[in-house]
Amino acid sequence: MNIHEYQAKQIFAKYGVPTPKGKIAHSVEEAVKNAEELGGPIWVVKAQIHAGGRGLGGGVKLAKSIDEVRALADEILGMTLVTHQTGPEGKLVQKVYIEDGADIKDELYLSVVLDRAAEMPIIMASTEGGMDIETVAEKTPEKIIKVAIDPSIGFQGFHGRELVFGLGITDKAEQGKMIKFAQKLYTLYMENDAEMIEINPLIKTGSGDFMALDGKMGFDDSALGRHPDIEAMRDISEEDADEREAAQYGLSYIALDGEIGCMVNGAGLAMGTMDTINYMGGTPANFLDVGGSANAETVAKGFEIILKNPQVKAIFVNIFGGIVRCDRIANGILEATKITDVNVPVIVRLDGTNAPEAAEILKNANIDNIIVGTDLGDGAAKAVAAAKGEL
Amino acid sequence: MSILVNKDTKVIVQGFTGKEGTFHAEQCLAYGTNIVGGVTPNKGGQEHLGKPVFNTVKDAVDTTGATVSMIFVPPAFVADAVMEAADAGIELAVIITEGAPVRDMMYAKQYAVKNNMKTIGPNCPGVITAEECKIGIMPGMIFKKGNVGLISKSGTLTYEGANQVCNEGFGITTAVGIGGDPIIGLSYKQLLPMFEADPETEAIVMIGEIGGDLEIQAAKLIKEQITKPVVAFIAGQTAPKGKRMGHAGAIISGSAGTAKEKMDALEAAGVKVVVSPAEIGKAVAEVLGKK
Repeated sequence: MNIHEYQAKQIFAKYGVPTPKGKIAHSVEEAVKNAEELGGPIWVVKAQIHAGGRGLGGGVKLAKSIDEVRALADEILGMTLVTHQTGPEGKLVQKVYIEDGADIKDELYLSVVLDRAAEMPIIMASTEGGMDIETVAEKTPEKIIKVAIDPSIGFQGFHGRELVFGLGITDKAEQGKMIKFAQKLYTLYMENDAEMIEINPLIKTGSGDFMALDGKMGFDDSALGRHPDIEAMRDISEEDADEREAAQYGLSYIALDGEIGCMVNGAGLAMGTMDTINYMGGTPANFLDVGGSANAETVAKGFEIILKNPQVKAIFVNIFGGIVRCDRIANGILEATKITDVNVPVIVRLDGTNAPEAAEILKNANIDNIIVGTDLGDGAAKAVAAAKGEL
Repeated sequence: MSILVNKDTKVIVQGFTGKEGTFHAEQCLAYGTNIVGGVTPNKGGQEHLGKPVFNTVKDAVDTTGATVSMIFVPPAFVADAVMEAADAGIELAVIITEGAPVRDMMYAKQYAVKNNMKTIGPNCPGVITAEECKIGIMPGMIFKKGNVGLISKSGTLTYEGANQVCNEGFGITTAVGIGGDPIIGLSYKQLLPMFEADPETEAIVMIGEIGGDLEIQAAKLIKEQITKPVVAFIAGQTAPKGKRMGHAGAIISGSAGTAKEKMDALEAAGVKVVVSPAEIGKAVAEVLGKK
């Protein structure tokens, strides 16, 4: 789960990680009131959406008077912001963060993520703040400092020294401030089961203080149960409506732009099914993992969600029944076609436990648009042919 | 021969009397797995599925001599269960539970390594030595005895791969579902040399997916150490960048961890890489010679 910049900064503040003062606003009036309370003389009006690249997209702007705050809030609230992370359709801005303007002397980059190879959190830092960090990693990898922190010992002095010397910070007072900054960030990463914290830029002010000018945070979904305060920060308007609806039924759904709807059990097989469709000259319309306990209701819901996409010309149901019996799934599919009006060809491949019985059930049902695939390759080939109107 | 487990392996079940634990322990017993007991706190002294229940793993190990534990406890208790198993001297813990917090696994894995306990999973189908010992939730009947070892991140692709291998007239020595979480136990790097050393295994199928770099590390190891033929499939060639596909691990960020990158590395290491999982069986037949 991801949160907004202003929410990340609330968590930062709780842990003593310095940030500029700011207030969230849902309307122009609120934005003006916030600006007056903050006092100025310079404010930054920042669109709050779950995507990076907001500045380049025109969602972050500087105001030098209350009137400018009013005009900018009016401009940004309600705009559809398009950045390299939103996709071409962009995202609707419903909140703006009004923040004190900062005295920026230097821009750095700092993040905490899990290093999967080391199996521990890693702090990544760079002097190249304010830039796209993936570009920095690609073009000048030597400008990225990585310090892995073994959780069994936690953040130690030597971790801090590796960081500040790596960043070329020579002033002793500044070294101390940066080490404290990173240490607090590591603590809040661990205590809140964060998946990722990214601050870009982290600024040095004219007086030699460090501040988080931006803040992105993502959390481990499996751990949200023990963090009700963070769960409460969920902004469902930032999540895809279809994906969310699917999740309520235990389905994992992601829309794509092809023509063949897929319903599969297991994430790996679901991806493998998409790959096979692609290999055979078709295009998958979605990823859909029905999980381990497919039944009539979840299958019906799956059909319903897939068919919301008008581009879908055929559906490929590919289930490898392990513990789940295929005959039950076959009956579930028949039930599902009664609940949801399925008006495109459905290619069904059921393998595993009781597969022959399942094939028999589907055959006897004698429904025109249900076509049996004998294995993964055969099913995918038939789905591709059906989508092209050649079956 | 086989790797990790066989018909003599003594297995206990943590979370034995729960709904999931009961159902799958029953299936494993029916398959022939030598389950010698289970652990559920406060139910010690009872009998379940005809096997003794213990309060602690230590009690279970002391009484039964078990060396392997199959873990079915709820996600929030996984780390505790893994560390308890390691502390009690268990040699291999197979963690089936899905949804264990990553931070918990960081600590649990470290403690397991420190105590020389191997782990498989979490969030995986488990391990099976065909027609001898099933520790997990896979459908036993598709795994016929044979000469192909299988390692897979994905559950249903494990079944798909094994089924195709068997349909081609071959069979499986041992199949290991390693799981796709950010932190997992045994991986390709440890399992490939085990299959290399197993005299019965003549070919290895490895099934990976986008995200992380385990497959890249595997490619390097295969080039240097593995002489047996390897067939590989990497799921997620068509996955959109930056999207999450069920497994927390399957995230592409930048160029690292793409299917293409992994397929190229494996190919360069002499692995027979297939572009569709539907081709796994045929590729095995090709490297082993038709049966």
